[in-house]
Amino acid sequence: MEPIRTIASTYIVLPIDNIDTDVIIPARFLKVTERGGLGRYLFAGWRCAADGTPHPDFVLNRPEARTARVLVAGDNFGCGSSREHAPWALLDSGLRAVVSTSFASIFRNNSLKNGLLPIAVEPAFHRKMMAAAGPPAPTVTIDLETRTITLADGTSAVFPIEPFPRYCLLNGLDELSFLLGQEEAIDAYERSGS
Amino acid sequence: MPRTLFDKVWEAHVVRRESDDTPAVLYVDLHLVHEVTSPQAFAMLRERGRKVRRPDRTLATMDHSTPTTPRGADGRIPVTDPQAAAQIAQLETNCRDFEIALYALGSDRQGIVHVIGPELGLTRPGMTIVCGDSHTSTHGAFGALAFGIGTTEVAHVLMTQCLLASRPGTLRIVIEGRLHPGVTAKDLILSIIATIGVGGGTGQVIEYAGPAIRALSMEERMTVCNMSIEAGARAGMVAPDDTTFQYLADRPHAPRGPAWERALAAWKNLPTDEGARFDREVALEASALEPMITYGTNPGMAVPVGGAVPPSDGRASTERALAYMGLRPGQRLLGHPIDVVFIGSCTNARLGDLRLAATVLRGRKVAANVRLLVVPGSQQVKKQAEAEGLDRVFREAGGEWREAGCSMCIAMNGDQLGPGQYAVSTSNRNFEGRQGAGGRTFLASPLTAAASAVAGRIADPRRLVAE
Repeated sequence: MEPIRTIASTYIVLPIDNIDTDVIIPARFLKVTERGGLGRYLFAGWRCAADGTPHPDFVLNRPEARTARVLVAGDNFGCGSSREHAPWALLDSGLRAVVSTSFASIFRNNSLKNGLLPIAVEPAFHRKMMAAAGPPAPTVTIDLETRTITLADGTSAVFPIEPFPRYCLLNGLDELSFLLGQEEAIDAYERSGS
Repeated sequence: MPRTLFDKVWEAHVVRRESDDTPAVLYVDLHLVHEVTSPQAFAMLRERGRKVRRPDRTLATMDHSTPTTPRGADGRIPVTDPQAAAQIAQLETNCRDFEIALYALGSDRQGIVHVIGPELGLTRPGMTIVCGDSHTSTHGAFGALAFGIGTTEVAHVLMTQCLLASRPGTLRIVIEGRLHPGVTAKDLILSIIATIGVGGGTGQVIEYAGPAIRALSMEERMTVCNMSIEAGARAGMVAPDDTTFQYLADRPHAPRGPAWERALAAWKNLPTDEGARFDREVALEASALEPMITYGTNPGMAVPVGGAVPPSDGRASTERALAYMGLRPGQRLLGHPIDVVFIGSCTNARLGDLRLAATVLRGRKVAANVRLLVVPGSQQVKKQAEAEGLDRVFREAGGEWREAGCSMCIAMNGDQLGPGQYAVSTSNRNFEGRQGAGGRTFLASPLTAAASAVAGRIADPRRLVAE
């Protein structure tokens, strides 16, 4: 994985709470055995009409979505199924971070393991980001080293992230390497018969 | 110090403690695998040239993308979707290459992963169980710590039999009193989610306790624990008791003889100690509950079946949900026309669920405007249901009796709603498009689903049950 230090980008806004992983990528697109190329199915049900015609007003179909690396969405983002296809699809669409007031646990875990940053902020800060939504698309800077998210006007907030995934992401390390290094402890646990 | 059920199971599986800088390394007793969330994980093993550490603690089945259409003359279940066929073939290859036991399509032990684990006696108290599926919380009904993981974590567990995990918080939900007739475990969990919200359990493990929980059968406890994830919880658990032990005795993988006695002694130590502390407690009175139905696009948007769509809170998500459902605030749900009734899924496709549905459908007919799909949770459930003649009840009522699988709960296998269609479904998610693009779902119990199938519209099952 590429190390992640800062993300400086425009952001787009999807002001809906409880966006579930079925909305992020519908199950009918999960009959794949690869992880690549899922971006084309991102928000499929919201992006296009039943006949496949894109809804021009949907935020991800607008020109500003092309360069945005950050999505700001409503509370409890990523609830529902455990499908890792959700962060894979978001990443494949060029997104690198999602900002919300809270995240569903499995989605958050899956995102951190793939280099998609789930940034939880306080409601007031979130409202400010929502209110500033363009066009033109506003900018934001996320600094993983200092755990800060800073808006164009200089307002900033600190976001929570556990030390271990943060360390892995900053250094481009796979969490698996640490786990594979635990072999002796795992052997001992298995021998203890518990 | 007094400990909770969760504390005991967690602590018994810590290979390496959580530190300031690193998460805990948690041992996994049982890893369940299915065709949809595993192919990319096996690819990671191949890339690294790794083996599966404990094939003996790993079991695979096929359920999500498998057809439930009747068997052909050769006894096989035809897979007509080439993408699904490729995914199914990939699981067969992976299980062969990595020496993992597989209950494949056509096997008499195939079924929804969360139905077969318990019925085989693989799911037992005090275990840690994971699967690349959020409804793994189902297995918590046995006093196991069971939760869904992503595909990268599936690879982690295949390679190391362990997971990196931060210790979740604890939430005890105490259900006092007793459920009235016609009010089921499904109505109980829908009421709980409506009370605490779809994010109400985020970051926590729920322990369901109290007399109303103790009075539930194992199958009913599974229905409750199954939907813990719909409140955002990491897992749901019920302390093991005689109901649990009776269910487990003589299951194919349950311990026997002296091993059973030893296991039983250990299981009896699992329940939460008197005075143990939870991070949060919630209490509900069972006798105040009614059959529930959802009206929106998440499982927390539920009301008693005789109720009305609540006033809008003005939030964009609520407005969007009601527009999608074609409903307006104040509208009564009883009598709303429907097109499909789906009785199935890891929430409500066990024998007890089918028996409940059959009590309503026996001697009655499904309304002409409704398609009824009954999909047993496993081949074993199917066999038992047929031995009791339940299949005939459903067929004679005008319903379809299918092969086992996830079917219309996730709509990956061709069983799906058409755009705009309404379904009363015993599954767990009413998300937009969940049961088919544009399809609209009312979640309910098997009783309510069956009563609605007969009425051709949303119906209160209590009248039919009483008749």
